[in-house]
Amino acid sequence: MTAKTADRPTVAGVPNGLWSKISAVLWRRPWARATLLLTPPLAWFLVIYLAALVVLLITAFWQTNSFTNNLEHVWNVQNFVQIFTTSAYLEAIGRTVGIAAGVTVVDGIIAFPFAYFMARVATRRTRTILYVAILLPLWASYLAKVYAWQLVFTRDGVLNWGLGKIALGPLNLINTNWAVFIAFCYIWLPYMVIPVYAALDRIPPSMIEASQDLGGRTWRTTRSVILPLALPGIVAGSIFTFSLTLGDYITPQLLGGTNSVFIGTDAYNFFLSNNIPLGAAMATVPIVIMLFYLLGARALGAFREL
Amino acid sequence: MESTGLKVGLRVWVALVLVFLFVPILLIVLYAFDPATVESWPIRGFTLHWFSVAWHDDAVRSAFLLSVRVGLLATAIALVLGSAVAYALYKFTFFGRDAISFLLVLPIALPGIVTGLALNSFFAFTAIQLSLWTIVVGHATFCIVMVFNNLIARLRRTPGSLAEASMDLGARGWQTQLYVNLPAVITALISGALLAFALSFDEVVVTVFTSGAQNTLPIWIFGQLRLGQQLPEVNAVVTVVIVLTIIPVLLAARIAGAGAVTRTARTAAVTDTGRI
Repeated sequence: MTAKTADRPTVAGVPNGLWSKISAVLWRRPWARATLLLTPPLAWFLVIYLAALVVLLITAFWQTNSFTNNLEHVWNVQNFVQIFTTSAYLEAIGRTVGIAAGVTVVDGIIAFPFAYFMARVATRRTRTILYVAILLPLWASYLAKVYAWQLVFTRDGVLNWGLGKIALGPLNLINTNWAVFIAFCYIWLPYMVIPVYAALDRIPPSMIEASQDLGGRTWRTTRSVILPLALPGIVAGSIFTFSLTLGDYITPQLLGGTNSVFIGTDAYNFFLSNNIPLGAAMATVPIVIMLFYLLGARALGAFREL
Repeated sequence: MESTGLKVGLRVWVALVLVFLFVPILLIVLYAFDPATVESWPIRGFTLHWFSVAWHDDAVRSAFLLSVRVGLLATAIALVLGSAVAYALYKFTFFGRDAISFLLVLPIALPGIVTGLALNSFFAFTAIQLSLWTIVVGHATFCIVMVFNNLIARLRRTPGSLAEASMDLGARGWQTQLYVNLPAVITALISGALLAFALSFDEVVVTVFTSGAQNTLPIWIFGQLRLGQQLPEVNAVVTVVIVLTIIPVLLAARIAGAGAVTRTARTAAVTDTGRI
């Protein structure tokens, strides 16, 4: 190996010394290269991110002193007891899960025909245009999207102006669950369209032709061939719409006010009032819910086809 | 294959969805040019006044500069760490490989409040003062997956024979890296970096918990929206932010193909999560 290195023509400006030796040593030892590549990023994730999650879970079992507001490292489950015995918190959990589920279903219903059109009807050019049309709102500022709905729903907003034109009474949707629900459907819609489209795009046309040859009409083909094959995409999208709604505290605050308190709103308020342990306990609720959601999706066999 | 009626129905549906997707965003842009101080529809004229107000507002300016600095630093860290993992997972097969790709996705797959509170309690626990660097650490953590996804997809499509040919022709390790491997992946790296920057520039859910007294631009906007203050100025700022986040994304799409942008747009992330 060393002889071979020496035989190579030397390149001007590149010393044939230390660097070549190091790279030769690394070339001969793949495990050393792997370790060298993996250590920094893994250290980052273990030392910062996983450690942070562990600290969060531990903090949930601590308390703050009600007089000094200092963190007390006393192990107990008081925070969880408080959350599960206070009706306002339970209501927030119920509302969050309900709206997250509703948003997921509605986004699925809106997204499927759209993605179907993109994948199976649209011409190449139209498809590219629609692709970009989904990408732009996906990446447009999150706060802008929330704020846009504030402008729509507010008393003198576009919605009431439109309703006034067709002689329908003003509808005060701002600070209601509906405002939050509609805004969430809007914000997370692209997250559903893209994986559903990807799944539909992967279905070989021959499968659909086979179904049609066997006498399956549009509805039957959709139900028995396309839907099952698109299921992984729908599940992937639903993980987004569900998880993102579950952990949001900004949209409910800006559009729902005090009438639409979410798990996130409560956790954020605990954080603001310096009661981090109670906030941490509240934050474990969406973690546990997501865990069950993922397990449930796997039990349904949705991941097997991925 | 699809009947004409169905096709017409689908077309109408797609048109309605597009209206739903774009009208709210256009609305903000329109309001940004409204001369009135109290927002109501329809807008009452056209002015650039609020852009000028925003431009001369020191709070907006320093928030904007902080956002740019955080974005650049987070992107730099994400580039280094993201490409290291991508290369490692591409080249080597080892126990726990799937666990690593799952770990990378976790910061964007878990609800935002979880990541935010976790980082906040971590910094409190380790007695690290919140600063520019704590924001950067948070952003880099979820930007890594953007670079990683873009790069590993490209590596899987690049034939390894190119590097072998280069070595056979007598190139040294570094020459192969510089003249063969790098050009093959450079556009993937650039588009990954652009997406990481766009993600960082727009982030607010986690940043609220890692920023202490400093305001990034989204935090400034959130604060104004929460208090309902200076909303006409907010319209102008938000319009600029929309343009600034869209530009890197469109660039990334042009450089690496629209597929790369969607794939990285947190969706491939979940497809990978699905494999656990």
